[in-house]
Amino acid sequence: MSGDVSGRTSHEVTYVDAIRIALGEEMERDGRVILLGEDIGVYGGAFKATAGLLERFGPQRVIDTPVVEEAIVGAAIGASLRGLRPVVEMQFFDFAARAFDMITNFAAKHRYRTGLGVPIVIRGPSGAGVHAGPFHSQSPEGYFARTPGLAVVVPSTAADARGLLKAAIRDEDPVLFLEHKLLYRRAKEILPEGDGAVPIGKAVVRRTGRDLTIVTYGAMVPLALDAAAGLAREGVEAEVVDLRTLLPMDEETVLESVRKTSKALLLHEDARTLGIGAEIAATIAEKAFEWLDAPVLRVTAPDTPIPFAPGLEAAYLPGLSTLLAAARRLAAY
Amino acid sequence: MIVSTEQQKALYRHLLLTRLLEERMVSLYRQGKMTGGLFRCLGQEATAVGAAFALEEGDLLVPIIRDLGATLVRGASPVDILRQVMTKADAPARGRDGFLHFCLPEKGLYSAIAMLGTAVSVVAGMVLADRYLGKKTVGMTYLGEGGTSTGAFHEGINFASVQKLPIVVVLEFNRYSYSTPSEMQCGAATLADKAAGYGVASAIVDGNDVLAVVEAARRAVSWAREGNGPFLLECKTYRRKGHAEHDGQAYIDAEELAEWTRRDPIARFERHLDASGVLDAAAREAVRAEIDTELDAAVAEAEASPVPVPDPEFRGVRADEEATVKRRAETFVGGLG
Repeated sequence: MSGDVSGRTSHEVTYVDAIRIALGEEMERDGRVILLGEDIGVYGGAFKATAGLLERFGPQRVIDTPVVEEAIVGAAIGASLRGLRPVVEMQFFDFAARAFDMITNFAAKHRYRTGLGVPIVIRGPSGAGVHAGPFHSQSPEGYFARTPGLAVVVPSTAADARGLLKAAIRDEDPVLFLEHKLLYRRAKEILPEGDGAVPIGKAVVRRTGRDLTIVTYGAMVPLALDAAAGLAREGVEAEVVDLRTLLPMDEETVLESVRKTSKALLLHEDARTLGIGAEIAATIAEKAFEWLDAPVLRVTAPDTPIPFAPGLEAAYLPGLSTLLAAARRLAAY
Repeated sequence: MIVSTEQQKALYRHLLLTRLLEERMVSLYRQGKMTGGLFRCLGQEATAVGAAFALEEGDLLVPIIRDLGATLVRGASPVDILRQVMTKADAPARGRDGFLHFCLPEKGLYSAIAMLGTAVSVVAGMVLADRYLGKKTVGMTYLGEGGTSTGAFHEGINFASVQKLPIVVVLEFNRYSYSTPSEMQCGAATLADKAAGYGVASAIVDGNDVLAVVEAARRAVSWAREGNGPFLLECKTYRRKGHAEHDGQAYIDAEELAEWTRRDPIARFERHLDASGVLDAAAREAVRAEIDTELDAAVAEAEASPVPVPDPEFRGVRADEEATVKRRAETFVGGLG
């Protein structure tokens, strides 16, 4: 649990500790940053993302709230309009549904309507894979990534979790920061030296390849890298693009890759219909049609609620074999 | 908590300005010069003006759509309002939102949104920030019966109570939420009853008696400022027009309306001003003439204001929006080229 001092860590830091480090570093740097959420103070957060911060920064800055998701976001909006930089924890990102009105109607539209920005961050765990059932496993990014005025950030590594959260807190407008709970303790790495902030809106190529492009984000990134390693043994070189931010979309990085490989496979854990893949597919069709050698394929979760039983959940989630099959189909064109 | 002679004169001017400005808006509405609906304050002016009048310099107000009087008390000018209702380019919201949905942060005036109840937690967050920054600010917002039915209201009051935040929620009991009568909106005997469930203070006042409203609101504001937490102030008044001008209010009882017209808050205050000698009929006539002159100029100025011009890049959604500007511009005519 070290790494509270800015700079390169001497050992690997987990994704959830990277979140905690980013919060601590930003609160140290900027007295305007406050935290609001359920069980974030004394308990340190359901996933311990805020552990120790109450002791360091006090109850004026780390505020345990009642179970009032709508009011927590509302209070953050109000506090931001008076000069603070509130960071709200959604105990599970599924619960952001309770604050949908505040997020999409109040926060997202405020700068456009009034000229005053609402610099708030709403962060918390999303995603499936830990057998948490229909209300603690969702990937709700699709609801928000089509709301003008928001930014939607989906880090896949510990360094990005720290760096993008810092950028989110420094942003002048509302940012939804969807952590993936499956990565909390699985993703770990030595954090880079210095401030480490990572700009919002920039995708990154995680693996280069010439034969096809897998565009993905969040916990699907390690799956895509596993698939790419398997494909390499079959002589297929897959490029993996980690979007990192869904809104605004870094379409240049996606298009550049697709123009190189001429084949695109869009992978996400969110449900299929009107997921991020649909928007990327449309963008590729509009702007890279002449470069394509194959249909654009999607590998996604099916359009169902997320089941509780481990076996049912495993079947629900995009898996390695499905991904490999789709990639081989693309490679064969 | 005595309302001084000078303050009574100021109150009268605010009440009359509210009514006369609204009459100008009715005229603009009928000429087709307004954008959208006209939500009248008629009959509720004493509540709108009186409660906001209790706030002090540096305090914060989030009025809802019917609180023209409160908006004026807080320092919005008639020309601001007229440009808003005609969605002009130089209106505070620059044509991007209308009516009372605008912010003048230097005057402590912030915008609600259409979704009722949301302003409660937002104003709570504002004073939470001010408290953290060392300011003893009080925040006020208004809500009708309909607004107190929302989850947002209950969550907001609960949060503010737990945090002992200095907010005053003015509950404008005005008998109807759009067409729905109060007994179909709320099973409790009074809106103020809702305070007990959250451990907050409340009071009920005659919302058509402007001096009573000011005095009750001052007590509520002091209570909040002293650190006792939120205060719900229920003002019993009556919405004399429909939800908006398009609504013929066929659902109301004519006798009820006639009774409340007799209880008009401005006529009532005028009787007090006569009896107390604070402002006689001739002096009131002078106030009216002065307001009429001001409004003639304001209407002319707002009518002459330009309409907003569409921006091919649709900017202004976020501070850092270069990445999205390009995508947005593609939706403009011929964008894909």
